[in-house]
Amino acid sequence: MARSALSQGFENQPKAGAAGFFQTVHIDWPLMTGIVALSLFGLMILYSASGENWNTMTRQIIWLCIAFIVMFFTAQIPPHHLEFWAPWVFGLGLFFLVLVLLVGDVGKGAQRWLNFGLFRFQPSEMMKFAVPMMVAWYMASKPLPPSGKRILIALLIILVPVGLIAKQPDLGTSLLVGSAGLFVLLFTGLSWFLIGGFMVLLAAIAPVVWFFYMHDYQRQRVLTFLNPENDPLGSGYHIIQSKIAIGSGGLYGKGWLNGTQSQLDFLPERSTDFIFAVYAEEFGLVGVLGLLAIYLYIVFRGLVIANQAQSSFGRLLAGSLVLTFVVYIVVNIGMVSGLLPVVGVPLPLISYGGTSLVTLMIAFGLLMSIQTHRKLLTS
Amino acid sequence: MEHSHVKIRDHLRETRIFTGRVIFAGVGVVILITVIIARMAYLQIASHEHFTTLSQNNRVSIVPVAPTRGLIFDRNGEVLAQNLPSFSLELVPEKIDDVDATIEELKSIVALSDDDIKQFHKSRRHSRAFQSLPLRFRLDEAEVARFSVRQHQFPGVSIEARLMREYPHGALGVHALGYVGRINEAELKVLDVADYNGTSHIGKTGVEKFYEDVLHGSVGFKKIESNARGRILRVLEEERPIPGQNIFLSLDAHVQQVAEKALTDRRGAVVAIETKTGGVIALASMPGFDPNPFVNGIDQKSYRALASSLDRPLFNRAIKGRYPPGSTLKPFVGLAGLEYDIVTTGMKIPCRGWYQLSNDEHKYRDWKREGHGSLTLLGAIRESCDVYFYDLALNLGIDRIAQFNAQFGFGKTTGIDIYGETSGLLPSREWKRRAKHESWYPGETLITGIGQGFNVTSPIQLAVGTAILANYGLHFKPRLVYATQQSGQKDLQYLDPEIIGTVPVLDKANWDYMINSMKKVVHSNRGTARKIGHDAPYKIAGKTGTAQVFGIAQDAEYDQENLEDHLRDHALFIAFAPVESPEIAVAVIVENGESGGGVAAPIARKVLDAYLVNRNKKKHG
Repeated sequence: MARSALSQGFENQPKAGAAGFFQTVHIDWPLMTGIVALSLFGLMILYSASGENWNTMTRQIIWLCIAFIVMFFTAQIPPHHLEFWAPWVFGLGLFFLVLVLLVGDVGKGAQRWLNFGLFRFQPSEMMKFAVPMMVAWYMASKPLPPSGKRILIALLIILVPVGLIAKQPDLGTSLLVGSAGLFVLLFTGLSWFLIGGFMVLLAAIAPVVWFFYMHDYQRQRVLTFLNPENDPLGSGYHIIQSKIAIGSGGLYGKGWLNGTQSQLDFLPERSTDFIFAVYAEEFGLVGVLGLLAIYLYIVFRGLVIANQAQSSFGRLLAGSLVLTFVVYIVVNIGMVSGLLPVVGVPLPLISYGGTSLVTLMIAFGLLMSIQTHRKLLTS
Repeated sequence: MEHSHVKIRDHLRETRIFTGRVIFAGVGVVILITVIIARMAYLQIASHEHFTTLSQNNRVSIVPVAPTRGLIFDRNGEVLAQNLPSFSLELVPEKIDDVDATIEELKSIVALSDDDIKQFHKSRRHSRAFQSLPLRFRLDEAEVARFSVRQHQFPGVSIEARLMREYPHGALGVHALGYVGRINEAELKVLDVADYNGTSHIGKTGVEKFYEDVLHGSVGFKKIESNARGRILRVLEEERPIPGQNIFLSLDAHVQQVAEKALTDRRGAVVAIETKTGGVIALASMPGFDPNPFVNGIDQKSYRALASSLDRPLFNRAIKGRYPPGSTLKPFVGLAGLEYDIVTTGMKIPCRGWYQLSNDEHKYRDWKREGHGSLTLLGAIRESCDVYFYDLALNLGIDRIAQFNAQFGFGKTTGIDIYGETSGLLPSREWKRRAKHESWYPGETLITGIGQGFNVTSPIQLAVGTAILANYGLHFKPRLVYATQQSGQKDLQYLDPEIIGTVPVLDKANWDYMINSMKKVVHSNRGTARKIGHDAPYKIAGKTGTAQVFGIAQDAEYDQENLEDHLRDHALFIAFAPVESPEIAVAVIVENGESGGGVAAPIARKVLDAYLVNRNKKKHG
């Protein structure tokens, strides 16, 4: 008996363990599938964009591993813990943002990095999830839709970190952080009238921002966007070369590793912000549609997760994170294809770079946490 | 307000609102993605061709390949101008952040003069930023090695091997050969830009300039693929340039050398012409200069030294020099006298040392104060009697003198195949009216008859005139080039000698007589050039001349001793040889040389020897 029980235990335990793992571990497999597919796709594009540089590839693969691990652990935290910690995370992020302005490292003309000796850390990245968490926490603490006073406070919560980030200056990140916060408000059920009014207000303060808050190089970027041919060898060069790369790709592309614009170095920043142009040149419109399909799959899975979320906090956070992800895609492709001015926004999960990758995966971890910690009514 | 919101959560309503917003967001996402797809379709389908062209233009560029310049040989195949590989230091300004700082740094590796830098900046103004511009030419091996080691520190700077024109004999024949130099702005405006794409040098003077079209060849091109930094990755297509043709000069380097050596330390010119073809055997103008520094731009200091030298080394006396022919004109005037039946061979004219017009006090002097006594034309040529020719000229009249001499090419450019020759001046009634608005005076006919007065000839004109005399009237156009050769082929394409015209021979005996008279100049005891005749292994016909640089006042004595050097008479000598069957005609002018017989004739003798004697030695030895 004991013997058989023992043997039975031995036989059954691994089985039960494996099944148990898939059941108990908090991973949203549909979302996971999309992310893995996108990551593999990204590696393939990066291989070409980096000029078949295995050094770059290795580093990106290591970052991907780190990011997946971070995502995994984030996903294991129950949403009510996330809700509880939201103000603290936000507060810490704000503290770092102030710190970075005082003692931050300067890179590429902007003060963005905090040096912790062992590693450098970009507090603005953290704000990409800290701000929506904070706004969601604040909004979820009272019944929705929110009152006008609470909306104003929420706007203040958003504006302070966005202002600090813009001051570094980092237009791309401040844009992403700001929209992450505003998306939370959108999902709170803010009246359309208020949303419309807010748009008008934004349009009104745009000139003020232009004249008083923008740096010369930022203004230059916008001007270049409006007319890149004005300065074809200077700041317009990026956009012109990028459009040439995309356009010359045609319907089917020039083939993997065969993009002349990218392989011959005409395309600047080809493994980071402009990696989409490399892809579009080598894989053509067909490839672009395929990539967009994967993105759409992830986005709609995210929207489903948001819609199924059980707490207000979870819903608001999930919705905001998904739309921020969309902003990444639209702003990056828009800028690379000349629809939007050049702001430093990477193509999510494809552009080379570890920091934004980890941030993105934390967001996916949050989504998974929200999705997998639901208490199902039907079992 | 506050009160109404503290009420209990309406979960159902919140969920409903949220779902509405999610649907709204989903629709928004679809719209945005649609916009992106539309944009992509616009770029990748509608504008595909446009961007494909731009991408091709980015990647593929057409680079001109300069043809190799043709070589120049002398008549014996001796190389006079060649192309040697030379290393130059070149900069692409576009790829250099701070050009001035880079140049400053380069100074520690290669020697850079202020002129090099100035020249570089000058060419920079006229070129595009991505073009490679030379900063220093002719780097030596040590400099090449030093730079190669540190090349990585100088992006945009490279060492280029180029073929550079080189003149192995230096100054030898420079006034005939000319030289090439960097193309300047003025030249850029007139030349065929397409054909000179990639060519940096062009013929500036001499044969190099005259035969530029032949020597240059045709440009080729390479279609190359390059990356954004302009690095050439591969050649997609290539059309090789057609190299320039080689040129063979009738110039004989040896004779040229002898001529130049004979003129050493003097100012003057020697022109020797092959009588049977018009081929120029020697064309010397001294002092000369080394053309090699000119190829890549001579430095200011050296140039100023050359340009401001009183000896005018840059001036091609052989074709541009304007000299009174003096007594070297007498054979032509004398022949005119015979042909026009003004004088006969037996007729004697007395010479008392001066000549006077019937209604004029002025005494026209003979160079020999005491006079020559009674002379035939032969004697007058042999001893260069002025009085005889005063009388002859007066009887001929200026019209016939001008008309006859014009047949020998005087007063016109000879048409030699280098640019810049003077037409000289053949005085005539008509000319004087046109140029000076004055009528002709009989006294002027007299001095015209002895080659003074308004007469101006260049050495090349004198040589051509002499050759016509030796040829019994046959007038060949003088020319330096007698053949061209396609690169890489053995056969020469000979250029046919060009006959400009013939002087009508009314009585061949007259010509025989004149030639014999000229022979007596050299080969008789009373000849003015007897010094060079007694030991000559062949017979020479010649005529000495001295040309006044400035007029001597009436009754004044020409005082050799006290005259400043540059006011002394020019010494001239014309000759051809062998008399029996002429092969070579020579004209020699030595500025301020004073004695045609004493100074100019020996130079001519050396040139004749070099051509006639040494050549035979070569043939038989």
